Formats: sequence, structure tokens, C-alpha cells
Amino acid sequence: MNMRSLIVPVVAAAVLLLSTAFSSLAAGVRRYSAAAERGWTSPAPDRQPDLTQADEVDLDMDEYLYGHVRDSYEWHITTINGHHVSIPLPVIVISKAGSGAHVFSSKHLEEGEYQGFWIAPDGKYANKIVEKGPGGEQIRPWDFSITKNVLGLMINSAILVLIVLLTARWYRKHDAAEEAPAGGTGIMEMMVTMVEDDIIKDCVGEDYKRYSPYLLTAFFFIFINNLMGIVPFFPGGANITGNIAVTLVLALFTFFTVNIFGNKHYWKDILWPDVPTWLKVPIPLMPVIEIIGMFTKPFSLMVRLFANILAGHFMILGVIAVIFLTAKMGAAVNGGLTVVAVILGVFMDCLELLVAFIQAYVFTMLSAVFIGLSRQKEKTS
Amino acid sequence: MSLITPDFGLLVWMTLIFGIVFFVLAKWGFPMITDSVQKRADRINESIKKAREAEERLRNLAAEQDALVEKARKEQAAILKEAAASRDSLIEQAKVQARDEAAKILDQARTQIAAEKESALRDVRKEVAVLSVAVAEKVLRKDLDDDSSRDELLGRLIDEL
Repeated sequence: MNMRSLIVPVVAAAVLLLSTAFSSLAAGVRRYSAAAERGWTSPAPDRQPDLTQADEVDLDMDEYLYGHVRDSYEWHITTINGHHVSIPLPVIVISKAGSGAHVFSSKHLEEGEYQGFWIAPDGKYANKIVEKGPGGEQIRPWDFSITKNVLGLMINSAILVLIVLLTARWYRKHDAAEEAPAGGTGIMEMMVTMVEDDIIKDCVGEDYKRYSPYLLTAFFFIFINNLMGIVPFFPGGANITGNIAVTLVLALFTFFTVNIFGNKHYWKDILWPDVPTWLKVPIPLMPVIEIIGMFTKPFSLMVRLFANILAGHFMILGVIAVIFLTAKMGAAVNGGLTVVAVILGVFMDCLELLVAFIQAYVFTMLSAVFIGLSRQKEKTS
Repeated sequence: MSLITPDFGLLVWMTLIFGIVFFVLAKWGFPMITDSVQKRADRINESIKKAREAEERLRNLAAEQDALVEKARKEQAAILKEAAASRDSLIEQAKVQARDEAAKILDQARTQIAAEKESALRDVRKEVAVLSVAVAEKVLRKDLDDDSSRDELLGRLIDEL
């Protein structure tokens, strides 16, 4: 009873405190806007704005939104007084113009061109490293840089591997038939069991054991990357599962798993489905549709995860942007909207926690369903 | 739009990283966990089955016990009945035997008495005969001295004959 009556004043106080903090931040927003104008990933020296005139600069909404969700060559943490605080990451490029492989820190690119490479400010390859091609035009070198997303992937993967191996270690050291784990191992066991029992066993069918490691890995990989994407500061915050390359690879893994291990019945259903013959000969209408279906299934997996996570990032960024967009409208409007933005932000974060789980669940479940369909036995009727 | 065009470098890295994570977790991570959990689930199912069997056996045991008690009671009754019968028959037999024995003893006594009586009679008869002879001798001796009495005696003896 006491706890419940405490919650309301505590939450109110927290919101008030946060909004005053943000309101005072609004004074600094002009500098932030200036920095945004400069752009985080293409800091060409000639575009450096004059900080004394920063009052006139508006928040560059495009740069703010896309700058947060796209991949970049450095890990931007914050901007203090116009100075970027960011972690420089290694750039690994192999020139297509013939100057060989180059490895250097991305901080050299802040000043512009380095070893013949620079970050294109706009055009077809905006925000990517380019070099001068033989005809003088901008071309993309082979770019294997450890970007923000790659580093994020590495960190999250390390965390995931650590968590799972530590959990597995418990089972190696204990007799699971005699005792049940508690704490973190217990939570992991609960989640692994949930995924295995609710998704894998139900959707794949009888030979689920063969696919269980892949589906579990996919689930936890997506889940941890989704969660880390919500964390707003360093090891988190990278928009990994909201990147189409990442979801494409995940979808390809499912695609190959489905089509490599598909049985005879699966291929017969694609190439010679049970429909009236005129739908198959002379124009192979159904086989064509089925073959297109083979590709649309993983394609939908790729787009669903990508779009959901990207949209989530956009929504949180949009809600937070309200604070900075209204900075110039006076203390009352800004303060009021800050309270709204904080409340909405908390709501959106909670929603994203849910989405992080749901999308991992949905990806795993649909992968399991596709695998299950490819392993179906011929109906005996 | 750079957002919907997959970057080649990231594709390569993602494939590599996910591949490694998959390999490591599939080899040392998840199978260990799922197998252990499966083992525990099997163990629990088995325990439940065993408990049910034990319960079943216990219930059977109670029934068996009841049956055993019932049987024992019946047997007891039968034994008691039998004992009573055999006791009765024993008593009967003993009675018969006693009666026979008594009759036998009585018979023996009777024959002995008869024999005794016979021998006593024989003795008495012999004694009487001796006595008679002695008396007769005495009488004869006195009477034969006297002719008249000898004749009278002869006459009487002849008459008697």
C-alpha cells in the first residue's frame, strides 16, 4: 500500500526533474544545432559554421534522424561546444583504382582527404568512403572498414557468446537432472526453453533438433542486437538490426537452410504443385508463382525486421527531437513539450523493448515455419 | 537511398560474425543447454511415472493385504471348526474305546469269576464227596457191624437205586 502511494509523487518528481534538465539543455541546443548543421560524418572543414552565429541555425532534421540510424566510420558519442566526441574506428579499404589496401584510423577522414580516400558529402555514395576513379569520377573502393555497425555487431556478439557459454558452463558443472539453475542462468534457461518449446518444436516438426541451434542463435542474436540498439550510449545505440545488410544476411541464412535441407515433397510442391494441369502446362503459372514465393519469404523476413527496428529508432528520435525543435519557442512551450516528449519517450522505449522481443520472436517463428514447410511429409490420403 | 541498399563491407562482416557466433553457439552453447533441460524433463516425467506406479502398487498392496486378512480369517474359522470336529471325534473315539475296554475287562472278569466259581464248586464237590465217603465209611463201618441195620441199609440203597 505504501509503495503504491509513493509511485505517483516519485514519477511526477522524476518527470519534473528531467524536464528542467532538458530545459536547461535547450540553452545548449543552439550549439547542438550548429553541430548538426556541420554534419557528423562528413565534417568538411569549409562547412564549419561560425559558432557565434549559431543562434540562427535550425536543427537539421534529416541529418539528425539519418545520422543516428545509418552506419558510420566513427562512433559518435556526443558533441560538446561544437567538438565531436567520438571513437575513431579502423578504415580498411582496397582501392579499385590500383593503390592497394589501406588501413588507417577514421579520424584522418575528419579533415577531408587521406591517402586518396574521402567521405563523399553527397551524391550516389553520400557518407561512404570514395576514391577517384580512372575517369576522374567518384568510385567506391572495396570497403571492409570496421564501421559503427560492425563494431556494434562484434560487441553484441561477444556479449551474446559470453552469456550463452556461461549458461552452458553451468550445465557442464552441474547435473541438470538433479537441480535447476537460479538467477541469470535460470532466465536464460527459461528463454531458451520458451523458444525451443513454443517456436521450434511446434513449427519445425519432428526433426526440430537439427535446426534448433540455428533458430536459437537467430533469436538471441536478433534479440540482443535489438535491445542494444535501444540503449542510447556507447556499447549500444548502433542501429544494427535496422540495417538492411544485417537483416539480409539473416534472411539469407534462413533461405539457404530452407532450400538446402528441403525434402522431395517440398521441391515437388514448387515445381509440380497439386493444381489442375492447365495451371502448369503449357504456361507454368503455378511453378512460377511458387518459385517467386521461395524468394519473397526471406525477403519479407529481411524487410520486416529492418523496417520495424528502423521505424522504432525513428520514432524515439522524433519524440526526442521535439525538445530541440521547440527550443526557440520560449521556455513555457519548450518546457511543456519537454514533459510530453519525456513521457512519450519513456512510452516509446517501453514499446521498443516489446518490439525488440516480438521481432526476434517473429523472425525465429517464421524461419521455423518455413523450415517446417520444407520438411513436410507427403500427405497420405 | 543508402538506408535500403545493403553495404557490401557490412554484408561480409555480418556473414562472418554471424557465422562465427552460430558456429560457437551451435557447438558449445545451445545443445548443451537444450540437452540438459531435455534430460531434466525426461527425469521429471520418469519420476512422475514411477510415483504413479508406486501409488498403484501401494493401492494394490492395500487390497492384497485386505484379501490376505480375509483369507487368514477364513482359514482361522476353518481351523477352529476342524479343531472342534476333531475334538468331538476324539472324545467320541475315546468314549467308544473306553466302553470297549470296560466291556473287555468286564468280560474277562466275568470269565474269571466263572472259572473261579467252577473251580470252587469243583473243590466243594470234591470235599463233599470226600466228606460223603468219610461219612459213608463211618456209617457203613458202624452199621455193617449190625446185621439188621446192614440189611436195612442194603434195602434202602436198593430202593434208592
